[in-house]
Amino acid sequence: MKQNVLTPYLFLLPGCVILGAFIFYPLLQAIWLSFTDYNMIVDPTFIGTENYQRLFDDDMFWKTLIQTLIYLVGVVPALIILPIFLAILVNQKLKGIGFFRSAYYIPVVTSWVVVGITWEWVYAEKGVLNYLLEVVGLVNGPVHWLTSEKTALFAVMAVTVWKGLGYYMVIYLAGLQSIPSNLYEAAEIDGANKWQQTIRITIPMLMPSIIIVTVMSSIAAMKVFEEIYIMTGGGPLNSSKTLVFYIYQEAFEKLSMGYASAAGVVLFLITLIFSIVNLKLMGRKENVA
Amino acid sequence: MEGPVTEKKHPSITVQTRPMTKVKIKVLLKKALIYLVLIIVALGMLGPFLWLLSTALKSGHENIFSYPPKFIPESPTLGNFSRVMDAFPFWTYLMNSTIVGFFTVLLNVLFCSFAAYPLARMNFKGKNIIFILIISTMMIPFQLLMIPIYILSLDLGLKNTYAGLILPHATTAFGIFLMRQAFITIPYELDESARMDGANSFQIWWRILLPLVKPSVVTLAIFTFVMAWGDFLWPLIILDDQKMYTLPLGLNALTGLFSADWRLIAAGSVISVLPIIIFFLILQRYFIKGATSGAVKG
Repeated sequence: MKQNVLTPYLFLLPGCVILGAFIFYPLLQAIWLSFTDYNMIVDPTFIGTENYQRLFDDDMFWKTLIQTLIYLVGVVPALIILPIFLAILVNQKLKGIGFFRSAYYIPVVTSWVVVGITWEWVYAEKGVLNYLLEVVGLVNGPVHWLTSEKTALFAVMAVTVWKGLGYYMVIYLAGLQSIPSNLYEAAEIDGANKWQQTIRITIPMLMPSIIIVTVMSSIAAMKVFEEIYIMTGGGPLNSSKTLVFYIYQEAFEKLSMGYASAAGVVLFLITLIFSIVNLKLMGRKENVA
Repeated sequence: MEGPVTEKKHPSITVQTRPMTKVKIKVLLKKALIYLVLIIVALGMLGPFLWLLSTALKSGHENIFSYPPKFIPESPTLGNFSRVMDAFPFWTYLMNSTIVGFFTVLLNVLFCSFAAYPLARMNFKGKNIIFILIISTMMIPFQLLMIPIYILSLDLGLKNTYAGLILPHATTAFGIFLMRQAFITIPYELDESARMDGANSFQIWWRILLPLVKPSVVTLAIFTFVMAWGDFLWPLIILDDQKMYTLPLGLNALTGLFSADWRLIAAGSVISVLPIIIFFLILQRYFIKGATSGAVKG
């Protein structure tokens, strides 16, 4: 009754061919290209670490890298914290709660192009947002959300958070539903109020989900592209240009494939650091539990 | 957002005086407050779309830039939709998106559950290293790979083809991982008794294991579909023939075409978002379930 020695490999073959052709081979090639000068017309020529030296002196690279980090620092905490409250909110047994869960999830399934267009319209000079803020008295006179250097990046960040809320809410919802209810009963008997229960039981018990959300949202933030491309095009005056947007322009508009690859390798190393830190955190968490 | 959590402050004092009614009122009040918060958040999440829909329904006579904005169209019309359908080959884009989505899902379900089977239920040389290599691909950003993949796709003649859109996403480490987790939970005796009856590995995979992990297959299918449907960066790079555009690219081109007319842009957006919203509403319970199983990454 022994299986054929080759059987496991045959099952693995199709998937591994795809991953090999479209991830491992390109990864090696990207690293190789980052040490070359390549414009898609003439064959790549090896130039050593010249691309990396150029990156180091490239103000636009630093500007986009810093803007990407600002983006990350703004978006990630919001995406860690707000969905917890949303999850608690929709975790109650109420009539019609399914409707609300679905409603909060709709931005997640909507493509970035539609979301971008929708928010461009909300952000318009004479748009809904300016009107509402004026009614409440928070602004006087219209704010040029997407066309002012001061606000463009932050306006896009807000949309990223808005679109991601439902996604992370669902992850937390799963975490919430796995918390044993007798913990709350015990706390109730000890006289803890709802707020204390949230801080002392819910948040600590959600730690695994919180770590997952932290990692997923920070890796996603490092790779931000679509929302920028659609809503601001990186402008005005590059004030909302991010690293991946810069890579895209260098590669596919200027055809500096080698240089763009070097920037891509830097992006990879940063995300790698996030992943390793995450694995360490997760490992520690498991040991504790 | 913390409304429903904080407002349970003074119950123990009041309860003693007139228990039943006070408690009832308090419960009702609390419920009303929760619903109020739920509705406000729902407005925040759906409001932008409704505002777009309202704009799409406004007729040419109505000033869409009026200030304060008018939320309800004066004389709602579907004229914008028919005008945009004339200028915008919606059905072509819909077909392209559907083909790409369908085959990306099909290949992912096949290849991922193929690869997951030996990883979950067989012993063989190199198993651990293969698994680690597969999982490590999750850490490699596509944005680093897009340049070599683009060059490779040109060499393979995949520019402006469905295969060019589908193949780079035909297998994901996430999918393999998800299916492996599902296969691991099935009791091993099932395989053995099937093997006793003379079933080969493929038959065990197809007849016994796959039917038992249907929920995971549905999860994988849904998430792959939404990913493929909304993908923008890769199609943007690999397509320059408008006839091959998927919905997001088509819509993006439309905004360039009608840069001044927000009625038409809004109508085009509404049309192009309808299929995925319908898909979501039909399968929503799997979405909520699925995200949870996908999120628990071991």
